[in-house]
Amino acid sequence: MELIVASSVGVLTAGGVYLILRLRSFPVILGLALLSYAVNVFLFASGRLAIDMSPILSKYGGATYTDPLPQALVLTAIVISFGMTAVLVLIGLGAYLEAGSDKINVGSGGEADRDGEGGS
Amino acid sequence: MGGQSHLLFVIAALPFVGALLPGLMIRAGRNACATFTAMPTALALVILLLLAPSVMRGEVVQAEIEWLPQLGLSASFFLDGLGLLFAGMILGVGLLITLYARFYLSGDDPMGQFFTYLLLFQGAMLGIVISDNILLLLIFWELTSLSSFLLIGYWKHLPEGRQGARMALAVTGSGGLAMIAGMLILGSIAGSYNLTDILQAGDAIRASEWYIPALILILIGAFTKSAQFPFHFWLPHAMAAPTPVSAYLHSATMVKAGVFLMARMWPALAGTDAWFYIVATTGLVTMVLGALIALFKDDLKALLAFSTVSHLGLLTMLLGFGTEAAAVAAVFHIINHLTFKAALFMTAGIVDHETHTRDIKRLGGLRTLMPVTFVIGTIAALSMAGLPFFNGFLSKEMMLEEASHTDWLGSHYAVPVLATFGALLSVAYSFRFVAHVFLGPVRDDYPSKPHDPPFGMWAAPALLVVLVIAIGVMPVLAETLVTVAASAVTGADLHPHLKIWHGFTPALYMSVFAIAGGAVLLLAHGPLDRIWAAAPRPEAKTIFDWIVKTFATAARAVTELSHNGAISRYLAIFVIASIALGAAAFAGGGLGPTTRELLPVPPVILIGWVMLVVATVLVAVTHHHRFRALVLIGIIGLSISAGFAYLSAPDLALTQISVETVTIMLLLLALHFLPKESPRESPIALKVRDAAIAITAGAGVAGLAYTFLLRDVGTISDYHLANSYEGGGGTNVVNVILVDFRGYDTYGEIIVLGIAGLTIYALMHALLDGPAARRLKNTDYSQDRSRDRHPLMMVVVTRVLMPIAVLVGIYIFLRGHNQPGGGFVAGLVIAIALLMQYMASGFAWTQARKRIEYHTMIGFGVIIAGLTGVGSWLFARPFLTSSYTYVHLPPIEEFELATAMLFDLGVFLTVLGAVMLMLYSFSRIARFAGETVNVEPMDYDPGEHVDDDNGKEN
Repeated sequence: MELIVASSVGVLTAGGVYLILRLRSFPVILGLALLSYAVNVFLFASGRLAIDMSPILSKYGGATYTDPLPQALVLTAIVISFGMTAVLVLIGLGAYLEAGSDKINVGSGGEADRDGEGGS
Repeated sequence: MGGQSHLLFVIAALPFVGALLPGLMIRAGRNACATFTAMPTALALVILLLLAPSVMRGEVVQAEIEWLPQLGLSASFFLDGLGLLFAGMILGVGLLITLYARFYLSGDDPMGQFFTYLLLFQGAMLGIVISDNILLLLIFWELTSLSSFLLIGYWKHLPEGRQGARMALAVTGSGGLAMIAGMLILGSIAGSYNLTDILQAGDAIRASEWYIPALILILIGAFTKSAQFPFHFWLPHAMAAPTPVSAYLHSATMVKAGVFLMARMWPALAGTDAWFYIVATTGLVTMVLGALIALFKDDLKALLAFSTVSHLGLLTMLLGFGTEAAAVAAVFHIINHLTFKAALFMTAGIVDHETHTRDIKRLGGLRTLMPVTFVIGTIAALSMAGLPFFNGFLSKEMMLEEASHTDWLGSHYAVPVLATFGALLSVAYSFRFVAHVFLGPVRDDYPSKPHDPPFGMWAAPALLVVLVIAIGVMPVLAETLVTVAASAVTGADLHPHLKIWHGFTPALYMSVFAIAGGAVLLLAHGPLDRIWAAAPRPEAKTIFDWIVKTFATAARAVTELSHNGAISRYLAIFVIASIALGAAAFAGGGLGPTTRELLPVPPVILIGWVMLVVATVLVAVTHHHRFRALVLIGIIGLSISAGFAYLSAPDLALTQISVETVTIMLLLLALHFLPKESPRESPIALKVRDAAIAITAGAGVAGLAYTFLLRDVGTISDYHLANSYEGGGGTNVVNVILVDFRGYDTYGEIIVLGIAGLTIYALMHALLDGPAARRLKNTDYSQDRSRDRHPLMMVVVTRVLMPIAVLVGIYIFLRGHNQPGGGFVAGLVIAIALLMQYMASGFAWTQARKRIEYHTMIGFGVIIAGLTGVGSWLFARPFLTSSYTYVHLPPIEEFELATAMLFDLGVFLTVLGAVMLMLYSFSRIARFAGETVNVEPMDYDPGEHVDDDNGKEN
């Protein structure tokens, strides 16, 4: 199970990093979404994995529970990352509508030039 | 003493509180403004005088409030002799300057601003001299740099004012940075940041191997502030300020801060060879150089500025000598220099004010035209020259006496000869100030007809010259103050006797020689001036400008290299740097053995994992098809929710699945206006490079996660598990952490979410007012539009689902404290229920049935959460302490009421409001783009018989 979680975090991170290095705003936003998943799962996993040990106190006592703190932190992180994504999406949308292009690199320099050649 | 010590806080706070007044009172007129500036100063002075008797008896008044004890930072103040001397000077001269400035500033100058800056500066200076904590002292130190910047640049329309202010800030500010480093070293040597501790640890500090670096760094701070060579150049340029500022900053306060610091640190740092050679030599050089330049300055204020540089050099030199007698002389000269130099600056200001020029070459003969000013200026100048029966004479004699028996690198003559030469130059420029401004024939070409100013303007300098003479004739007047201050500087119990006549000492001969030589030099001033003008000299400002320009160019080059507008590049740099740091950390730290067994993997989980991996890879590879990528993102989110549910995190699963839904809806809405495909523009090399970076990053993170997952860790959660029910009244520990243990965090987070919602709303409005609006209107979106926008099935199903969804939301909310659920999830669930209505029945139809504005909902949510927190104050408990009780109403089972639930209600409302406001904003854009609006829930009424196939257009 540990391997499953760790590799999932790794795959999500790799996908996220690859996408945020793209040249258009939409894939970058998708990449950030993937990175959010990765970070959330990573943080959650820092409480170590446990099955059938939900941090809901049992009436009968004697039960063991998983670490609730990372869960609480991740819960708000999920909601906040939604808010952040929403703001980014609107900024990206606004930039596209104002500038007529959703390229994310402006100005001079290697990658921007390359973008300029290949773009519309 | 405890009863009075808290008054120190009042003194420290008064100028800052008072700084609010002038800006307000200026509406009531200039007199009211000046009066209200004087009040906090006068009040602080009165309090200081109340504390003075005990300080004079040798006690130290101390007051302390812990601020950040972990950092050794506390708001602690103390008042000893040295502090009393400086605080008295700052406040006393502050009062006089307020009076003087009232008459000096013209009607066009914004006086409220001026007095506000002045009080801010005064507060910062006061803070320096009464701080008992060097970190606090550093804060005030930087504040003086900032507030003096405002004062020097007060005449914003003058380029010299702006440049002078910038130069002063650059020099003193960077000196302050060096001093921060020095003070931190000092604090770590002494093991405390409290001055009183540091001053007692002098021996340990001097013996430390870090002594020299600390000394040099602190001295850079002091030298830049006190304009010591080679940092002296900023002071003359700061003369572009209005004269009251110059008089205040350069006689009593700002430039004396460096001297104060050296005096303050004397017991800790002085007494070594390094101290002597650095401080005394710098002081000596500055004294002679400043005096020499002053002699050849034609601008009255420039002359005074360089003479100030010279006198600061004198003070520095005296402190550098490191003997107790020299410290007494230094303290005495601080008082004397203050009295005559403030009076001289004010005199120069009066001359400038009345004749409209400060150029000595255009002045002369003012003796008869401005008799009062002449008397004041002459007394002050003669004191500066060091003539007997003026106070300047007394401290200069003491200085020469000390210089006469100081050896420098084995030479008996170097210091006495140079000190006498400095004194001689000082006599010459002082005489020149009198002779070339007031004496000589009356001219007929003054730019303005000079006459004495009103009483209010000469009252302040007149009072100062009365002190000049009083101390000069009866030095015993200043003896007590000098005694306590000098004792505080040296840390020894001193009993100096200030006398006019010391007998025929070497100092007397040096003094006589200096006065005679100075007079001769003045007579030869004309030819010397021509030689001086012809001699090549380095211009400090040019050098300074060149340095600044070089730095700016270099900074720009670095910025353009790393910050060239290509976000991809920044992100690549960031990711690579993170990988490198992570790798370094991984390689550096030791790794214990694994302590956990691997958990088994059931087949279902394996299937979920495969889905997640395949979906992620597909998103990355085929992200050009944006719609498809969104669907794949949805799959990933669902897999993760399932994973949370399996791994004992039901709350996370609920949250993830509902957030997933709204995120996808949001992205879909946005995609409507964005290109549906990304062009394939990355060259293959770039893709390979990015893939390599991405895979490395992913492998690193996976490795890290795998490593820690197999090892146990100490956790603080046992406390939460143990107290959740007892203290928080809930069995869902995650929820109790959110609303109780870490309620303050949650409070912050819902505020952030609310702000995000409002930001989106505001951005949307800005967008619809800008050029984007045209583009939106002119784009043809008809290709994206479904013919059947509001399908019958959807409308009916969502209508039926609505009450159920709301019920589920309420249920999730209510059970949240004890079972998985809570405000966050409930808010999201209800938001989804509402969104379904928007999607199925159309925007306008739903909007018309909405009763509460989403903004209001956010506001109420935050307020309810906040009030719940504040409520616990009423019961004298900390913010957000929760309380709960069990209620039993007959027909229903016993249930629990907790204040935490009220807090959760706030969370619920904020989440709901923010999410709805975000999606609402996107829909607004859609409507703006020409989306037609339905009035009915469906585009056509199925109950109505329609002949036309196209149905009823709306």
